[in-house]
Amino acid sequence: MTDKTVEAPLATDMRKDPPVAQELMRADQNRNVIKGSVHSDLRHDSAIKHVTGRAEYCDDIPEPAGTLHAYLGLSTRAHAKIDKIDLSAVKAAPGVIGVLTASDIPGVNDVSPTGRHDEPIFAEQKVEFWGQPVFAVVAETRDAARRAARLAQITYRDLPHALDPVAAREAGMGYVTPPLTLKRGDALAAMDKAPHRIKGQMVVGGQDHMYLEGHIAFAIPGEDEDVAVHSSTQHPTEAQHMVAHVLGVPSNAVTVNVRRMGGGFGGKETQMNLFCAVAAVAAKKWHRPVKIRPDRDDDMSATGKRHDFVIDYEVGFDDDGRILAVSGDFAARCGFSSDLSGPVTDRALFHADNAYFYPDVVLNSHPMKTNTVSNTAFRGFGGPQGVIAAERIIEEIAYHRGLDSLEIRKRNFYGDRGRDVTPYHQTVEDNIAPRIIAELEQSADYQARRQAVLDWNAQGGIIRRGIALTPVKFGISFTATWYNQAGALVHIYSDGSIHLNHGGTEMGQGLNTKVAQVVADELQVDIDKIKITRTTTEKVPNTSATAASSGSDLNGMAAQDAARQIKERLNGFAAERWQTTPEDVRFVANAIEIGTTRISFADLIREAYMARIHLSAAGFYKTPKIHWDRATGKGRPFYYYAYGAACSEVSVDTLTGEYRVERTDILHDVGKSLNPIIDKGQVEGAFVQGMGWLTTEELWWDDKGQLRTHAPSTYKIPLASDRPRVFNVKLAGWSENREKTIKRSKAVGEPPFMLGISVFEALSHAVASTVNYRECPRLDAPATPERVLLAIERLQGAG
Amino acid sequence: MANRTELRFLLNGKDITLDAVSATDTLLDFLRIERRLTGTKEGCAEGDCGACTVLVGRLRDGTLTYEPVNACIRLLASLDGCHVVTIEYLSGPDGRLHPVQQAMVEHHGSQCGFCTPGFVMSLYALWMENPAPDATDIETAIQGNLCRCTGYEPIIKAALAATTMGSPAQDALNTERQAVSARLGALSDGARVELSKGNSRAILPASVDDLAQALQDYPQATLVAGATDVGLWVTKFLRDISPVIFLGHLDGLRRIEVTDSAIEFGAGVSYTGSRAVLAQHFSHLGEYWDRIAGWQIRAMGTIGGNVANGSPIGDTPPVLISLGAQIVLRKGTTQRSMPVEDFFIDYGKQDLAAGEFLESLRIPLPASDMRYAAYKISKRRDEDISSVAAGFALRINDGRITEARIAFGGMAATPKRATTAEAALVGQAWTEETLRDAADHLAQDFTPLTDWRASSDYRMRVARNLFRRFWLEAQDNATPVRLSA
Repeated sequence: MTDKTVEAPLATDMRKDPPVAQELMRADQNRNVIKGSVHSDLRHDSAIKHVTGRAEYCDDIPEPAGTLHAYLGLSTRAHAKIDKIDLSAVKAAPGVIGVLTASDIPGVNDVSPTGRHDEPIFAEQKVEFWGQPVFAVVAETRDAARRAARLAQITYRDLPHALDPVAAREAGMGYVTPPLTLKRGDALAAMDKAPHRIKGQMVVGGQDHMYLEGHIAFAIPGEDEDVAVHSSTQHPTEAQHMVAHVLGVPSNAVTVNVRRMGGGFGGKETQMNLFCAVAAVAAKKWHRPVKIRPDRDDDMSATGKRHDFVIDYEVGFDDDGRILAVSGDFAARCGFSSDLSGPVTDRALFHADNAYFYPDVVLNSHPMKTNTVSNTAFRGFGGPQGVIAAERIIEEIAYHRGLDSLEIRKRNFYGDRGRDVTPYHQTVEDNIAPRIIAELEQSADYQARRQAVLDWNAQGGIIRRGIALTPVKFGISFTATWYNQAGALVHIYSDGSIHLNHGGTEMGQGLNTKVAQVVADELQVDIDKIKITRTTTEKVPNTSATAASSGSDLNGMAAQDAARQIKERLNGFAAERWQTTPEDVRFVANAIEIGTTRISFADLIREAYMARIHLSAAGFYKTPKIHWDRATGKGRPFYYYAYGAACSEVSVDTLTGEYRVERTDILHDVGKSLNPIIDKGQVEGAFVQGMGWLTTEELWWDDKGQLRTHAPSTYKIPLASDRPRVFNVKLAGWSENREKTIKRSKAVGEPPFMLGISVFEALSHAVASTVNYRECPRLDAPATPERVLLAIERLQGAG
Repeated sequence: MANRTELRFLLNGKDITLDAVSATDTLLDFLRIERRLTGTKEGCAEGDCGACTVLVGRLRDGTLTYEPVNACIRLLASLDGCHVVTIEYLSGPDGRLHPVQQAMVEHHGSQCGFCTPGFVMSLYALWMENPAPDATDIETAIQGNLCRCTGYEPIIKAALAATTMGSPAQDALNTERQAVSARLGALSDGARVELSKGNSRAILPASVDDLAQALQDYPQATLVAGATDVGLWVTKFLRDISPVIFLGHLDGLRRIEVTDSAIEFGAGVSYTGSRAVLAQHFSHLGEYWDRIAGWQIRAMGTIGGNVANGSPIGDTPPVLISLGAQIVLRKGTTQRSMPVEDFFIDYGKQDLAAGEFLESLRIPLPASDMRYAAYKISKRRDEDISSVAAGFALRINDGRITEARIAFGGMAATPKRATTAEAALVGQAWTEETLRDAADHLAQDFTPLTDWRASSDYRMRVARNLFRRFWLEAQDNATPVRLSA
């Protein structure tokens, strides 16, 4: 876990000519620009380790002698009373050391992340979804534990179950967490007065994260109450607190370490708590290292996903397609417990306006309890489900008025005073959606291509085309205001090398690279003098999840703060040592200059150390300006907004519903990018993931409540051949965050996910062509080939 | 010759000899747990994500061929006489990045990095086989690799760039080819290999005749060719499949012969191995074949296995039935043959006696008066199991349909002919109306199921619409009538 993080770009021969030495040699040549500063394209700091297989993931850590393996026993009922748990055959199986059930939890049998105490590690009296952990078995090998887990005899008494939000409402299942209403003006009165109104319902499917590396935790017991847990979690601090809570020990007894994740996407924000807790309990009980890694089927059955929603909407509008009033009811499949469903369903409402001004509006969330796995965070965190409702409303108006949906969009964008307040009463101060859209409309040649699509479809062939240009406006900040804080720790060793830690976790998004760039820039040293090691609760405490796209915003600022503190001390020291004023000390590339005197950074540090200057600092940051009063539904939950737009064109086979994305053009706003090539990678990846959510990724439960799409053989994420045949992705280079974020950049993880909606609406456009665009096809998501064909045949049947 | 009780193969150029091997040990666990070669990852353990991709080289009739395989479902015992190459071997002894690795770094082809070694191995296999691939070749080569981070664009760019970054001829696997071939040749002693660990037994017959004998010795044995299905019985269902008789190494089952009247395949011919000859004789099968699973599975899986397995959703049976293919079954020295469709009796039940095995398949060469088509409908275009698969073959003389062979997968408990629809075609005029009428008869032939891949309603609608597609494809069309690759 301590291997080198920073490697030089383009270094090819790693044995004879180690990259660091090579780069340091180059750095010694009088360059006046540091390598790896902010706003430059720098490859992911682990890229060489990735391609050589030397990047260490949790399951690659060498296991100490005596390591045991735990495996979960899962329920095979959606809702049932447990009459009896007979684990005698499990205990008697070869290699088994013992079992854990609820009664073996030394502290509290709960890993609810929001303190609602509704999420047991092991079910006790009843199970509430198919796949719920009932026990764990610990054995000498993972294979032995897996085999033994299947030998349990659990006697159930079935109870009625409700799997989806509608069934849950009918069954009176209630909410898992308090709902939210956002309201401005009088939507009902405005609706009554509107010249036109449309009422509809949209079903939006969930999504499995399908991170390539599944859940895993590896606990190593220490002395006294101590335990160290290596894991693949986005939220080491929460895992630490949960393990402490479950063990009944203070947090200072628990250390959680994360070197990197093989993908997270929100799926490892809270869901890893269970695995960390089970590994830790077992490690302490038997005083041996314990690893737990479910297989893919269990991973997908026992851990939460993106919430699926049933959205009832109504819109009132005028002859020009201007929205006058909107009402929306957002019912979500939350699963058996609250987990993060409160903030997720809140965020669906926060984004139900997308980029559009609703003069009078009322939006209600309905976080429904269901007998399914507890749904959780997933890139966008409810936002995409809100945005897609806004886009459906636009689409409805466009078909009703016989106009291009892009025209309807333009007529409804947020605007000047009087048209700039969101349903949660935040004023949109940074609206660049019109400019983004206008530029993309040009660069994608939208109008000409739309006409070509219409002309093509007018021939009436089997293959139809569709095109759509959709925007996104996404609010950046955790809506839980206290999460918007971060810490960092910077040490400079006496040889001038720099060690950096921050509270964020690396899951492929290049966070460590970006944060290192910030520190390199601040101290004006080449980036390969900076090493970031694993994220650990020992170095930076009380961190927030690496989530909500906030990683660079928060941790970049905290690291900058730490670097600045040291820089100020160095500055003062240099002024004293070279008898000048601090203002005359200039930090230049890998050196300081005082008048004509130039001292290399390494020499400066050596001298500072000899002069007993403190060369370590803890940095801290909290996002300014934000506040949110959930009770009144008013405030400024978001520090700023990120924007983007995508134009997608598709072909649809009207005999089978099969389709292909012919071309996608994207223009996306990341402010003044810290690292444009990494940000572009985020945009491309998010788009394809968003497209997958709305096309081939389908979660399918049978009537007994078992999820039957629980592995990549049955759950289909996009492949290389599904990506657009032509794919033009650009960052809006002119954009700068008007707020004082880290180097005026903007968050990038989540916002481009919603650009996938352009594919969904383009499919809808192609479907509508079969009835001459007479009506809105009202596609539900995901638009599998089946849903596309059935929509075509439904429309044609209706005509 | 006495049986051998040790497994012998090369791993990254090193000799490996194992005396305790069970029928269910997987290559991935061996690599990661026994050898701590942790660059090869487990993503799904069912051959669908490609994170575990390694290369396996084997002498086939004297020629060393490397193919990408899924280590997760590749059973260790099947590797006798092979050279297994993992990501750790790729950088070469001097530590220099391989061109494929270099290109992936320069084009930002990794984000979280977990899928990356698998992509590198698939692209490495492509780079050796096809030094100048286009984007479609690359997409086809990485159908069996999932990436959740990048959206694939930088990976495609890297693969294109790798073509200009070094010569396959200079690559270690090529410069060492002769030496490795000689070492593999030396491992091959012509003996039956009988491996065991505890009560588990794995048998690698020495020849096809020895296979027939081994099945007499162990009539209840599980026959394993590519393990692309049986591998999942092991990794997902933890089934004890011992004793296992492996077939994949038998050159005698990998022969392809084109006679005056037919293409004859040994049952052990892989999807990859059959593609060229099939596409050459049946132009409609090239694209279809490229949509069977991903490269790793196509390299491992066999046509014989796809038939013998009896699955109602196998990709090849509907096509084989439509082509009028026959299979040859063998027990001891006795052979019998039958049309492919007769082999499938019911769900999970085939016309196969204890001790009997599928030895070969025979596909009649195409006739000039026949029209053929093969369609696969799936939720995701590539590397997906079909919701509906169909093979069409119609003989048309003087504007009349004189013979019809139409078979579907995914529509019933077995791959099955649409006999009522066929009857509605034969003797009728070759017109759109005739096809529409025949499609209307499908409801008498099939009552498809609803499951996670597709609803009954969709399966039936698509099956009907495929008759229309078949008709339209035979016409001159102003606009295309299907999306192609």
